[in-house]
Amino acid sequence: MSSSDERRDEAEKPVVSRRNFLKGTGVAGVALTIPLAPGAEAQAGVAGVTVIGPERSKITLNVNGTPRALEVEPRVTLLDALRNDLDVTGAKRVCDRATCGACSVILDGKLVYGCSVLAIEAQGRKIETVESLASNGQLHPVQKAFVDNDAQQCGFCTPGFVMACKSLLDHHPEPSADDIRLGLGGNLCRCGTYVGIKAAVAQAATEMKKTRTKGGRRNG
Amino acid sequence: MNKFEYASPTTKEQAVAMLGKAWGETEILAGGTDLLSLMKDFVATPQRIVNIKGIKELSSLQILRDGSARIGALVTIDQLLEATRKSHPALSQAAAGIASPQIRNMGTVAGDLCQRPRCWYYRAGFGLLARNDAGQALVPSGDNRYHAILGNKGPALFVNPSSLAPALIALAAKVQIFGPDGAREVEVEKFFVAPQSSADREYALKSNELVTGISIPKSTGLLSATYEVRQREVLDWPLAAASVAIKLDAAKKVTSARIALGHVAPTPWVATEAASTLIGKTISEESAVAAGKLATAGAQPLSHNAYKVQLTQVAVKRALLAAAGISA
Amino acid sequence: MAEYKWPEESKRKYIGKRISRLDGPDKVSGRAKYTFDINRPGMLFGKVLRSPHAHAKIVSIDTSAAESMPGVKGVRIIQGPGTEIQWAMDEIALVAAVDEGTAEDAARAIKVKYEVLPHVVNERELASVPAANRRPPTEQTKGDPAAAFSGAEVIVEDVYGNDVITHCCLETHGLVTEWPGANNVLLHQSTQSISSNGGEMARALQLPAGSVEVKMDHIGGGFGSKFPVDRWGVEATKLSKQLGGAPIKLMLERDAELTVAGTRPSAYAKVKVGAKKDGTLVAWESESWGSGGVAGTGMPPYPYVWQFANQKTRHHSISTNNGPQRAWRAPNHPQACLVTMGALEDLAAKIGMDPLDFVLKNIEMTGVRANVYRDELLKGAEMIEWKKIWRPRGQGGVGSTSTVKRGLGLSLHTWGGGGHASDCDLTVHPDGSVEIKIGSQDLGTGTRTTIQIVVAESLAVPREMVKVHLGSNKYPPSGSSGGSTTIGGVSASSRRASIDALNLLLEKVAPTLGTTADKLEAVDGKIQVIGDPTKSMTWKQACAKLGTQPITTRGKNPGRENLTSAGVGGVQMADVSVDIETGIIRMNNFIAVQDCGLIIDMKTAESQVFGAMIMGVTFSLYEEKIMDDQTGRMLNPNMEFYRLAGLADIGNFKVHMMTGKGYDERGPIGLGEPPTVSPGAAISNAVANAIGVRVSTLPLTPDRVLAALARKGGQAS
Repeated sequence: MSSSDERRDEAEKPVVSRRNFLKGTGVAGVALTIPLAPGAEAQAGVAGVTVIGPERSKITLNVNGTPRALEVEPRVTLLDALRNDLDVTGAKRVCDRATCGACSVILDGKLVYGCSVLAIEAQGRKIETVESLASNGQLHPVQKAFVDNDAQQCGFCTPGFVMACKSLLDHHPEPSADDIRLGLGGNLCRCGTYVGIKAAVAQAATEMKKTRTKGGRRNG
Repeated sequence: MNKFEYASPTTKEQAVAMLGKAWGETEILAGGTDLLSLMKDFVATPQRIVNIKGIKELSSLQILRDGSARIGALVTIDQLLEATRKSHPALSQAAAGIASPQIRNMGTVAGDLCQRPRCWYYRAGFGLLARNDAGQALVPSGDNRYHAILGNKGPALFVNPSSLAPALIALAAKVQIFGPDGAREVEVEKFFVAPQSSADREYALKSNELVTGISIPKSTGLLSATYEVRQREVLDWPLAAASVAIKLDAAKKVTSARIALGHVAPTPWVATEAASTLIGKTISEESAVAAGKLATAGAQPLSHNAYKVQLTQVAVKRALLAAAGISA
Repeated sequence: MAEYKWPEESKRKYIGKRISRLDGPDKVSGRAKYTFDINRPGMLFGKVLRSPHAHAKIVSIDTSAAESMPGVKGVRIIQGPGTEIQWAMDEIALVAAVDEGTAEDAARAIKVKYEVLPHVVNERELASVPAANRRPPTEQTKGDPAAAFSGAEVIVEDVYGNDVITHCCLETHGLVTEWPGANNVLLHQSTQSISSNGGEMARALQLPAGSVEVKMDHIGGGFGSKFPVDRWGVEATKLSKQLGGAPIKLMLERDAELTVAGTRPSAYAKVKVGAKKDGTLVAWESESWGSGGVAGTGMPPYPYVWQFANQKTRHHSISTNNGPQRAWRAPNHPQACLVTMGALEDLAAKIGMDPLDFVLKNIEMTGVRANVYRDELLKGAEMIEWKKIWRPRGQGGVGSTSTVKRGLGLSLHTWGGGGHASDCDLTVHPDGSVEIKIGSQDLGTGTRTTIQIVVAESLAVPREMVKVHLGSNKYPPSGSSGGSTTIGGVSASSRRASIDALNLLLEKVAPTLGTTADKLEAVDGKIQVIGDPTKSMTWKQACAKLGTQPITTRGKNPGRENLTSAGVGGVQMADVSVDIETGIIRMNNFIAVQDCGLIIDMKTAESQVFGAMIMGVTFSLYEEKIMDDQTGRMLNPNMEFYRLAGLADIGNFKVHMMTGKGYDERGPIGLGEPPTVSPGAAISNAVANAIGVRVSTLPLTPDRVLAALARKGGQAS
């Protein structure tokens, strides 16, 4: 990915400062039309608070166990940073409005919509994407169950569903119908793969249970 | 999204000092599930985002045996769902109505209360009161199938989208607010207001104030439930919702009742008369139906949403029966 | 010598078995790269400025502010002053910039003045459509419908229909376009038509046809909406040229995808249908209307499947200021099916007949596929326990309560689906590995997988030895994936290529085995004398005889011997519960019985049917492109209010594929369209059966269900 290099030439210098509120804005033009009320400037210099942006700044994201450095404006979402800046494209942009789940990633152990987290607020947090699930070429039981039960057609919703199913089974190893309803209610598919996904959840739950039991025995 | 600058204060004093003196200049970022969507649609165009997730004290959650509770602004919907399952079923059920784990993990209690209306004219850029360039109101003569049936005599015709507010109102909860002048507290039902102008907000906050949490009074013996009418089992906006909290005496007669409706008016709607009429009665199909009818007695449906009157009545009935443990 | 004809069931190792899709592991692990995922060195991001008005003339455009913004590389006007815009969100100008935010800022900084013109965006009520928006109606009469109606003993008259819906592909339309040289273009495009898009783009750019390369490994949904390169694709490519060939990624935003990238037209019809008291159908009459945007829309095939001796149809094509229709799985069939099967169900109810009996009684009227339908109806009835659960209309099926009513509904459908033209090159390498190159695309239907199955079966080698290359117009041309024509086309061409290659190999090794090629066969990874496993050599040993020169054969469809055919039948039955207090419908069970000739991969074939049924639940209950009369805009260009069914909404599904004698020998027939046809009718009929009244228009939303119930209440009292 060399597009970020290209962009760096274009971008203004990263701005990370406790600087004056008024100066920092307004230059960007079109979208910033609301004038700040008098007094805002005075409030801006709040002790101990760093103001970042609106231009690009350097951040580091911990993606699938690897620290990745990039430069983004505060307005860039985690999803777009992963996809456009880091070429980590497993999470998909579909609704881009916290509805469909195609962008699902796991942030500090919690399933979230990557489209609705700012990249800048994901700093210092553990970001897991679908790319992290397979280890040493071995699919995760959820992934294997998706393949075995053909829980995918076009596959564009699949990474999000895989992450949602993994999160569901991590939190509910033996999910009830209600757990499944509440655990997979934030993802949508257009091709209609839900019959396969239901079967995949059942298979993965069984497989993961076996693995846990074996692990338990070894440890015991 | 327009460009903005970003700050992540660690105390509420810092946060408040960073907020603008007029609405729109700054926005508070908590869960982000609504704010970022508003910004992507250029409905919100703040110059500064104040991320409050670094303020640790806002994440506290405390529920005592008597049912009294203090819930920090940043408590997530999922934490609330789990924590209130036994103590406040109405609240837990309302949280469970948000069928997306992603939203429950990201979304916060304060964010649920302060999220903006889902009116499609508002979201398309026609302003909070949905007017075209000529100042004409679009909702009355437009597609208003999801708009208000109650409290719609003023200029605001959207419905309040909060999932938790009706339950909190039924539980007589209060919103804790912190601002430049210190802390204050307001009853949840008074927190919400129907705006008179597009520059107003739908809640009684100043632009440089912050919701810091919710307090629920003691609720020993209180029976509560929430019923949402949603078309889909997955993440979906309710077409109507009702939360109820009742107390019964030894003879199963109602000694106190509160009923609040969601998604039917520009504010969560308190159905005072419907609740008071239950006093002294037992909860039955008949009394629950009557309460539902009273709750919508003043309804003035718009051109395409009369069906919501019935849905509201059903929600009230089913919430009451559920609270009383009667299967419909 | 091996023959083209499909192997007997007893000899099939892969064909018809349950095989997991080949690209499954790539898709579940995020490795599968879609057009939206393509990042090229130095890539710019394109954003489009769109019209806020549904009908307007462009007066002036000022791009100066946009052009002077830092990071903006180029601005291109797509529709200039004087142009009349015919639908909201039509493209005005395109910007390319170093990142998405900058491109969006710049697009918003373009100032456009419009002269706003009156628009019409809704056509549900024919009477309220202005005369200027109606085309002259078309009318057709067969037999003597008036006389036939006078002999009818029972007549039903009602209105049936469905609103406009969109494709809502999860991967939006779009492309990454660049000029690797001064006179050639490389497109990564999300397309259903990889082999034709290069030539189409070349024509638009006035380049020689071969100068545009098109690539796509995976596509996030198409459903009929992704055949052309589209104006935005051409404009982005022209802008790339202006910018020295720099790659530009232009993927539509969700709101544009739902507003301008394709719709399924609406269809409404006032139907009159008559029968004898014994259920014998006698006559049909319909006056229909619908719109697929500015160009209006043709009449769906009313009455659907049933061949009436006496019928009259009249159709109004309505022009509206909406983004244009595009093929949507089984164009026109779901609409025709809903209207026809809805009216027939109502007629059966009025006569007092079980619709299953009613349909079976008249089944000969369906023509050549009557026997298929009969078998499927009986199978379906068994699967859904029709006779046990069904009760006459309004009585509520078994398990109904005072507030929740259960109902059953059925429907049947047909589709053609003959194989399209398809070329492929198959290479058998001296090391035994096999490659096939084909200018087709896998829409998630399992095309890759089925090609591998056909080749491996034909050569009797393990599937893993066959590498399938598709998704490039540098491979031999194969048809667009539309109309359920892909499986027929690619399976036939890859079968012929495989058999030709095998026969060449047999010629090569025959002397070693001391015989002639016509005495040899390929079985289980070996070449052997027919019926004599002792005289054999392994596939690898055989291929080693090729020396250094691989065998490459060109497979074609059509070709010698028909390997595929057209025309399938299917039946679906829905079991629903309706909460009559809220109007909310829940799917209990939904079954499909489907014929598609010879099934290559049972697992992905069933997936196709399940998927079509789920999509069917979605358009039956939830989907509607909601247009605002005042602003002329779509009110729900998002996935919150443009609702798709979720996992917990679909109930229990069962699929039965018709296979064996009478089916297999017809060869593979496409499956993308047929099972999407019946859901609307089956579900609408089930709801009518449950609640005792027809909800006339899809989607069956709570407000409409409650309104229908109120209408019934009014009639009853």
